[in-house]
Amino acid sequence: MNVLLGIGGSDDSLRALEETVERAQAAGDDLTVVVLENPESDRATDEIESRVFQTLEDAEFSAEVRQLSGDPGSQLVDLAEREGFDQIVLGGGQRSPMGKIKLGHISEFVLLNSPVSVKLVR
Amino acid sequence: MSRSERRYPDEEAGSFPEPPLSFEDKEGREIEIRPYAEGEFEAVVEMYTDFAPADRAQGIPPATESRVRDWFENLLEGLNVVAWHDDRAVGHATLVPDEDAHELAIFVHQDYQRAGIGSKLMQGLLGHGQANGVEKVWLTVERWNHAAVNLYESVGFETHGTESFEIEMVLRL
Repeated sequence: MNVLLGIGGSDDSLRALEETVERAQAAGDDLTVVVLENPESDRATDEIESRVFQTLEDAEFSAEVRQLSGDPGSQLVDLAEREGFDQIVLGGGQRSPMGKIKLGHISEFVLLNSPVSVKLVR
Repeated sequence: MSRSERRYPDEEAGSFPEPPLSFEDKEGREIEIRPYAEGEFEAVVEMYTDFAPADRAQGIPPATESRVRDWFENLLEGLNVVAWHDDRAVGHATLVPDEDAHELAIFVHQDYQRAGIGSKLMQGLLGHGQANGVEKVWLTVERWNHAAVNLYESVGFETHGTESFEIEMVLRL
């Protein structure tokens, strides 16, 4: 399967990174990791990108890594459609102090607008 | 929505009764609402492990007993009130500290819904909050959960953000 992982630097997106690399390795998926500008995250895109390279290196797995600028949700959906990805993977939401799951704006946009299946990682 | 962007109403919501509160619900059951006390942990866990799966919202209460225990343990850092029918915990509401504000949630067991308990439990929680100096309260609710939104509006919550799957609401005590 041709998998597109979008990460914007929130904690749940970093968990999604770990799990998706592991899953791609086990399943023999082709993986592309896209670093997004997420206004809801405090981490800089370069910092996130080095985290991606580190994770891939630790796993001894190779994947294409790109940065996308502009509106993250629509850019990701557009890329998935244009390049024929089978699945978009995103972080599964942050928890509030109470423990309630809250989906990020990127997830909400992608869930509603993606032409391909979307996976949220918990 | 980040916490610093959250704007609260200028006006205070009014005064709420401080628990303990006793009343007869719409089914004629004698219900008491009290602040949570040590030794009541198991009764509350029991209510949550028997909670109807369809009544979960935004991932809580958790689905398994061990996760209910961890989750409820964390809530004890905040202010908690419990609704009792004799020795049975039938509802629980909580204010969890979040920087200078508190996040609110309320749950009523399925056998005790639509009996007026949620409304009293909410008032008791806000009364308990006022007595303990809570000033700003926020919550999120799934936008299709009209019963909950009506309950929150009835005590003065105002809708703050509606751009997402959940509505965010705010209250000043």
